[in-house]
Amino acid sequence: MNGIILPRRQLIARAGGLAAAAGALPLLAGCDAINDAPAVRKILSMGEVMHQHSQRALTDRNALAREFTRADLSPVFRPNGTRLPEGAAYAAHAARGFADWRVTVSGLVNKPLSLSLADLRAMPQRTQITRHDCVEGWSAIGEWTGVQLSRLLAAAGLRDRARFIVFRCADRIGDANYYESCDLIDALHPQTILAWALNRQVLPIANGAPLRLRIERQLGYKHAKYLTGIEAVASLDSIGSGKGGYWEDRVDYEWYAGI
Amino acid sequence: MAAPEIPVVPSGTAPPARVYRHRLPTRIWHWINAITLLILLMSGLMIFNAHPRLYWGEYGANPDPAWLAIGSTPKTGYLRVGEWRIETTGVLGRWTDAAGDEQTWAIPGWATIPTSYNLADGRRWHLFFAWVLAIGLTLYMLWSLFGGHLRKNLHVRRAEWSPRHIWRDIRDHARLRFPAGEAAARYNILQKLSYISVIFIMLPLMIATGLSMSPGFNAAAPWLVDLFGGRQSARSIHFLVAFGLVAFFLVHIVMVLLAGPVNEVRSMVTGWFRLPPDRGEGA
Repeated sequence: MNGIILPRRQLIARAGGLAAAAGALPLLAGCDAINDAPAVRKILSMGEVMHQHSQRALTDRNALAREFTRADLSPVFRPNGTRLPEGAAYAAHAARGFADWRVTVSGLVNKPLSLSLADLRAMPQRTQITRHDCVEGWSAIGEWTGVQLSRLLAAAGLRDRARFIVFRCADRIGDANYYESCDLIDALHPQTILAWALNRQVLPIANGAPLRLRIERQLGYKHAKYLTGIEAVASLDSIGSGKGGYWEDRVDYEWYAGI
Repeated sequence: MAAPEIPVVPSGTAPPARVYRHRLPTRIWHWINAITLLILLMSGLMIFNAHPRLYWGEYGANPDPAWLAIGSTPKTGYLRVGEWRIETTGVLGRWTDAAGDEQTWAIPGWATIPTSYNLADGRRWHLFFAWVLAIGLTLYMLWSLFGGHLRKNLHVRRAEWSPRHIWRDIRDHARLRFPAGEAAARYNILQKLSYISVIFIMLPLMIATGLSMSPGFNAAAPWLVDLFGGRQSARSIHFLVAFGLVAFFLVHIVMVLLAGPVNEVRSMVTGWFRLPPDRGEGA
């Protein structure tokens, strides 16, 4: 008699309650209204700021990203972002093997530079096998060779007011050329390089030829490709809409992409 | 707070006996967590939409073999796990949104935050509520440890570890034969084990595997991602444990409904639980 506590009718009534709860599902559409409310977006963005500050405060700012061996390489390195920049100018550069490509170092520097690929290759090089993590969730391991950004900034002479480095790119997406930026901690990090080779081959177009940024402790969209300019600035306010990057300005990607 | 330290069963036989079963920190944490985990699940499913494939090891992208993938063909949606593949048209991989348009994102809009594809916003919700989860869990663990919750309520006594005891509890649950009288005031062995595994295993694993996906954190503490066998393994474990938590949630809800939802929910709101009348037999 006492074996089963719940009579069947009660069970059915409770199943009915579950069904009523399922009827509340359309309410989820209300979530989108919450998602779009400016106050909510402001509060949510505090999470990003807390991640940035806690990582900067609690972890070694100069910690190196893991470097792998050639045995760990991804068989195929999947490209991220633009795979082929539009326009005749880029096509003409590609046809000439990027022989006339120049990258400038400007802004808050004592001695602005304009360098060819040959100039860059004549400088001391760094090679690193690192894991590339896309914001979408996938990862690929590749071997990169290039010049440390810190060397270029030292050659140009950063002024005291410089706080951020902005990267200008040749690939146009919609209304603007791609751009990104980082703080001086990442800019001067030993693994932050301007890479011209991937897996001991000249950088393919899909991966950012002739020159791309490697900023190993951040997600893929920070690794600006098709680099044309490096600019030292005191503030990001006048760059794009002020959030420091193409996707940051357009879809609210986090500027600090270490998480 | 002048709360009794352990459930107090008023003496005497006058029904209905009430016990103070859940202290305030438990109740607050429970409801914060209920909301937080729902948001983390739904925003996590949105993030998963950006790359609905899972791998083992350090790397993994479209050219690499995935052990789990959700995708679509021109007419159908499918879920593939290893070699096993089922058609999931209407639910996964190919579904119809609220406006009646067909979509080929992996997870349907009713299960994600926000409802239409937006990786940036999904991440924003996820990374904010990750803090709520981590801070809440840390505080609750400390309170459980120093406030006696762990020792008095969750600690598994030696007698409870006996296979016979566990087996009997499993049988009682399967037969929907719930504890009555004084026994209902305490957690039974299956409850203890599931709450311990959620608080001390599954939620910490979610946080650790989540952190293992952060390239900044990887550089600072490479041992953590190594512990899981690489970033893509950590991502897979993050996904699997998330579904472990969903399974816990489903069983939890069914048990609450079967054990008396009004009494159970009230006890998690006010703390007070009405003891089911004793069946008048040995417990």
